[in-house]
Amino acid sequence: MFEPNALWVVAGTSVLGLTSGIIGSFAFLRKRGLMGDVLSHAALPGICLAFMVTGTKNMFAFLIGALLTGLVASFAINFITAHSRIKEDTALGLTLSVFFGLGIVLLTQIQHSPNGNQSGLDKFLFGQAAAIIQSDLLWLGIISLLLITLCALFFKELKLLSFDPAFAKSIGFPLRPLEFLFMLLLVTTVVIGLQAAGVILMAALLITPAAAARYWTERLGQMVVIAACFGGLSGLLGSWISTFGTQLSTGPIIVLSSTALFFLSMLCAPRRGLIAKGWRAARLKTKLAEEAALTALYAWMERNQQPAIPESELPAILLEAKLSPKQLDNLVRKGWLCRQDGELTFSETGWKEAYNTTLFQRLMEVWAMYETSIDSPVPLQEVGRKEEFPAQLRRTLLGLLHRHQHAPRYLPDHLAPSEQGGFL
Amino acid sequence: MKQKHAAPVSVERLSVAYHKKPVLREITYASPEGELIGIIGPNGAGKSTFIKAVLGLLPLTGGTVHIYGQPYRATQQLIGYVPQRESVDWDFPTDVLDVVMMGRYGKLGWFKRPGKPDRDIAMACLDKVGMADFAKRQISQLSGGQQQRVFLARALAQDATIYFMDEPFAGVDAATEKAIIQVLQELRAHNKTVFVVHHDLQTVTDYFDSVILLNMRLIAAGPTKETFTVENLQKTYGGRLAILPRQFDLTMMG
Repeated sequence: MFEPNALWVVAGTSVLGLTSGIIGSFAFLRKRGLMGDVLSHAALPGICLAFMVTGTKNMFAFLIGALLTGLVASFAINFITAHSRIKEDTALGLTLSVFFGLGIVLLTQIQHSPNGNQSGLDKFLFGQAAAIIQSDLLWLGIISLLLITLCALFFKELKLLSFDPAFAKSIGFPLRPLEFLFMLLLVTTVVIGLQAAGVILMAALLITPAAAARYWTERLGQMVVIAACFGGLSGLLGSWISTFGTQLSTGPIIVLSSTALFFLSMLCAPRRGLIAKGWRAARLKTKLAEEAALTALYAWMERNQQPAIPESELPAILLEAKLSPKQLDNLVRKGWLCRQDGELTFSETGWKEAYNTTLFQRLMEVWAMYETSIDSPVPLQEVGRKEEFPAQLRRTLLGLLHRHQHAPRYLPDHLAPSEQGGFL
Repeated sequence: MKQKHAAPVSVERLSVAYHKKPVLREITYASPEGELIGIIGPNGAGKSTFIKAVLGLLPLTGGTVHIYGQPYRATQQLIGYVPQRESVDWDFPTDVLDVVMMGRYGKLGWFKRPGKPDRDIAMACLDKVGMADFAKRQISQLSGGQQQRVFLARALAQDATIYFMDEPFAGVDAATEKAIIQVLQELRAHNKTVFVVHHDLQTVTDYFDSVILLNMRLIAAGPTKETFTVENLQKTYGGRLAILPRQFDLTMMG
């Protein structure tokens, strides 16, 4: 069922996806996403020139040509931003289209020349993965291995270059050579990718796997590996679908596959994904409403020195604290609040929770009043939850709270707060 | 110049221009050793530019910079740098310990990865700024003050002789300010020379042994007591100095 040819194609696109995922990670983190696009468009005139000079389709010559035009393009961008008021995005757009236009002109010229029809250079526009043969795969493999090795060797340098270039320079990293190395990696990836993905779609192969991988991890090393997997998987899926299922063009299917992986990541990733974020926001909202209800009810009991609230008082309390009756039902369901004989009262856990929540809020208030005169291991602004409250401040702040007569003043007889205040 | 007695940092006729507009003009200065030195001046006076120029991060329009009598390239190992914390993207995928370990990169050489000794040094430096518990924290979850302390720890990990800090006190909480000043004093106790770009005039006399008053030109430099005077401040800030620091109010009233 596997034709050998199809196998080369699948293997080739997978290797390509893997490599571009790795290199693309650094481009993504350096916010050079569009640079990949510029370099792939700028590669077109370079490749055409290389073909016109050598008269053959030679990967190495193409690499040199693409590197030269890529360098000129990035020099042009730097020149425009440094010597005019034009901002980088405009400079990128200008350069990209000029080089692409030049590439198309040269391409048309080649098509009209005697050996032009056999050149197959027009396939570089959208890519033709189906044309990958065994010898291409060998090249692809060797160059990919080289690129990945360089990335591994210079991992620490590339990391610092991406995170804090000024610091990198201050400790003696040669910034310009490193920048050049990085561009070399990027251009080489683009050139080996052009045959399969094409000038126009190559940038997607660089950026999308990296952008997707960022959702799943907080470590650079892991991100690079995940991006490589995503890239490889999109290459595999894309060529598989286009070769075996349909007659669709491979490059675009690869891009669509990696975009699907991106959407999946954006939705489902733990912590960073939209679903996880939404869930956290909803939980926080519930918790805040719960605390608001607890403190509002407790405040009434404290004011009236009574262990239960008559139902008739409820509407006023709810209105004042801007609460809905549903939030009380929630507390009842949790077993913190008991509703009987036309009265509301806390269960034992309810009392403790209400007391602790009120105490915490008032400790925070009094801390804010005395912030400058109190030494704390954590700044006030960073304490959001009871668990984050620094234990060594408890005694001092509790003392202040009593001095301001602001400590919670009511509990039923059978409950007593600990010496540190509250029930912890 | 005899190397033994050369100043930690000396600049001669240093000039820097951005887009052909001069930012620093003809600055000549030699620093004392083992002191905390405040770089003071109004916004746009070229304070950050001055330390970036000394660090070789910007091309000089003119002049020379020497570290202990030698050009910067030869002495990079001696220098620690705390950039402004806004200069990086804190959503970078890495954790606190990893950032502090970047301070070791300059000593590692090509291809080498930081190892256990570097990790131990980084942890010790985090401890000094009171952030040891945050070693595994993702950097995007840090507050401004914590970011600043991480950058300070990274500079400490460089184990340098001369430090340059760009606005380390800008927009940090009281706890962080205290932690930073403690670290600065410890550095001075170890005879390190520390340059700090600073904008809070109230604290200058408390924090710094010497000051550099800068407003595109060098207005004055020297021991704080003699240099940080109303007259020099007026020269530095021109008409823009609305409120004088506390201690001057008192002396002028008395």
